[in-house]
Amino acid sequence: MPITWFMITELGHFALILAFAVAIVQMIVPLVGASYNRRDWMAVAEPAATAQFLLTGFAFAALTYAFVVSDFSLQLVTLNSHTAKPMLYKITGVWGNHEGSMLLWVLILTLFGAMAAWFGGGLPPTLRARVLAVQSAVAVAFFAFIIFTSNPFIRMAVPPFDGQDLNPLLQDPGLAFHPPFLYLGYVGLSMSFSFAVAALIEGRVDAAWGRWVRPWTLAAWVFLTIGIALGSWWAYYELGWGGFWFWDPVENASFMPWLIAAALLHSAIVVEKREALKSWTILLAILAFGFSLIGAFIVRSGVLTSVHAFANDPERGVYLLIITAIFMGGALVLFAIRASAMEAKGVFSLVSRESALVINNVLLAVSCFIVFIGTMWPLVADLLFDRKLSVGPPFFNQAFTPFMVLLAIAIPFGSLLPWKRGRMEKIMPLLLPALIISFVLLILAVVIEAGLSIRIPIYVAIIAMILFLWQRETLEQLSKFIIPAFILGVSLIALVFTIQTGQSVLGPLGLALGAWVVFAAITELWQRSGKSGARLRRLAGLPRADWGKAVAHAGFGITIFGVAGLMAWQQEDIRVAQIGDRFDVGIHEIELRNVQRAEGPNYITTMAEMIVYRNGRQVEVLRPEKRFYPVANMPTTEAAIKNGILRDVYLVIGDPQANGGWAVRTYIKPFANWIWAGSIIMALGGGLSLSDRRHRIGAGARKTRVPNAVPAE
Amino acid sequence: MMARLLLILCLIAAPVFAVQPDEVLSDPVLEERARALSDDLRCLVCRNENIDESNADLARDLRILVRERLVAGDSDEQVMDFVVNRYGEYVLLRPTMTGSNMILWVSGPIMLLFALIIAFVYLRGRQTETSEASLNEDEKKRLAELLKD
Repeated sequence: MPITWFMITELGHFALILAFAVAIVQMIVPLVGASYNRRDWMAVAEPAATAQFLLTGFAFAALTYAFVVSDFSLQLVTLNSHTAKPMLYKITGVWGNHEGSMLLWVLILTLFGAMAAWFGGGLPPTLRARVLAVQSAVAVAFFAFIIFTSNPFIRMAVPPFDGQDLNPLLQDPGLAFHPPFLYLGYVGLSMSFSFAVAALIEGRVDAAWGRWVRPWTLAAWVFLTIGIALGSWWAYYELGWGGFWFWDPVENASFMPWLIAAALLHSAIVVEKREALKSWTILLAILAFGFSLIGAFIVRSGVLTSVHAFANDPERGVYLLIITAIFMGGALVLFAIRASAMEAKGVFSLVSRESALVINNVLLAVSCFIVFIGTMWPLVADLLFDRKLSVGPPFFNQAFTPFMVLLAIAIPFGSLLPWKRGRMEKIMPLLLPALIISFVLLILAVVIEAGLSIRIPIYVAIIAMILFLWQRETLEQLSKFIIPAFILGVSLIALVFTIQTGQSVLGPLGLALGAWVVFAAITELWQRSGKSGARLRRLAGLPRADWGKAVAHAGFGITIFGVAGLMAWQQEDIRVAQIGDRFDVGIHEIELRNVQRAEGPNYITTMAEMIVYRNGRQVEVLRPEKRFYPVANMPTTEAAIKNGILRDVYLVIGDPQANGGWAVRTYIKPFANWIWAGSIIMALGGGLSLSDRRHRIGAGARKTRVPNAVPAE
Repeated sequence: MMARLLLILCLIAAPVFAVQPDEVLSDPVLEERARALSDDLRCLVCRNENIDESNADLARDLRILVRERLVAGDSDEQVMDFVVNRYGEYVLLRPTMTGSNMILWVSGPIMLLFALIIAFVYLRGRQTETSEASLNEDEKKRLAELLKD
């Protein structure tokens, strides 16, 4: 009966409003309870958080149901769906639009709140009440935003027979699951924010706080990493020329919280282990969520033009700006009042793990600042200086990349330095193998790229090996001079190579840098597992956090190498090919065998059949497509890619030409997959670290809990 | 030139895609220069895409324009000046280092310097306990110098 699904939508709408009401209660009552130390008032937070989550979940399910059954009496469904659309994209279409994605956003927000309530048993009761209240305050703002400006449950007076379909670019598995991961990341940072504000209200930040805030930050960072990698991977195969990062405002909007979250999870370690950097960590926790909010503003206001932008609605933009201003302003004022009360305890020397983590924070925070100013500059220049200008990839590549290079150079030192007080003379010998390996790889890459005999690097490698094994002691004593010598050597090679061949040294340098980070991570695990036998058992017995750290750092190195390799060594071939033509691109031969038209479920396609040969042997049949989605009146390119460890062969079919041929584009993309493999390895490292028993929420809380915590007021 | 553009636009039905085979110059040196210039030129109707990557008609116009100027013997700067004169500063993906744009370019390095100074001051402040031990390094030398006077 139609009555049933009609009612589900109405019930969903009602549940959403009810969740809003519960959120208001949860924002106020536990907060008041915490300041008067009334347990019964504080106890409201837990069931309220659960109720909020269940109600929002019901609203989300109701909206999903409307999409699944194609209920075109809902305006949102009409605008973003179509009966002929595949079921997967009917479901993912729920968040493929502004209103639905906001509902997903608050669903995740309430999920995090509920998880803090369920697993936060080990937290001091006042801190827990305050965390949940702050989290709920964020929820209140977003519930109000949805209900008053972006209500997904608005009906149409006259329902049409069919919908207007989802943007075809979004009808893709990569992009379908890109937003949920990003939101898990963005919204996950709201937990770090709530913990920071609650700690400021509480007036106390100690090692235990550092331990509690870390898993949430880590989880948010892992999700952000996966979300960003998915988006980049989607851009690579979907946009038709194999770009993987555009420095687009919307990409930057997800990248800034990622950078700050990365800084935060490093500085929280210092708080946990050494009770230092407290106020800085609190500030980072506030800023990380602040950048999430700014990201939401950038994506949804349309102030900064971008193809990703959902809606160019100034009213929503203003509302989001107000939300950002209230939460950031409030938190920062609180910070200004309370930060001075947080004195640091830890004492350490200039050369120490603590200092290294401070350098990490400086590099990450400043690089985030550069992304921020580059993203906002067109707006600032327009408003203040009346200049209409663009800030694009050339700026970011130039201004941002040095920070990642410095970071990669510094990681191995930082991760090997001991806490409190370290000596460079002690860690340099440990890094010698990694240094030698990356140096040999650099020479190898330069030699191959210059087309010289491969014998030279083999000799260098053999000499280096012999020197290393035979004169290890001497080398280790000399290690103080090895770094300057190494830098000098690398610059000389780079200079000579560039002058001689006119080619970029980007590739070889990226390879050396990536190898340096990866092998240093391996060195660290080796080092940690001790000097004598039973190494394997000890390796397996290392804390998961240690594994996580090494794995995440290695992933970063791999991504650096992938980016450098792809940018330095990619090849491109553009031509008109007749059916049956065979042509060479690099070491491959490509044949255009056939082009035909076909029909998909909701699109028309022009599909080419192309054969990739190597050494005269067929290695792959690829079918690049050009699709046209008639309902949305939009063409898309579906590149066909032969994925490989060393290189991707990336084929794009273009337009028919006047002489009967087809425009065909072939790209060779070396090491492309290393970029995303590295990102996934980074996320994996985060996950490993998250699973460390030390980070389980509440673990060890009983030991550090101070009895009768007195409210700060 | 307009006539040629119109002709091309008529011949090619939308949508067109990035660099077309018929646009590529036969002189590889000139083509490479065109590519390098394209990296810094924005497709005016797209997001942060340069004209080589863009599928828009307008980007195609610009690609052809750049190549025409290069064939006519313009230097790289002359081509860029010509394009900026015609389409405005908005077309540049790498903002010029002039006037108010200097804020954009220098704020990163200045911020880094600033952050490093703060970090250094903080880190020095954190080593109070070890400051006695570190007297044997620099401070000892200074102490010796002071005692000499």
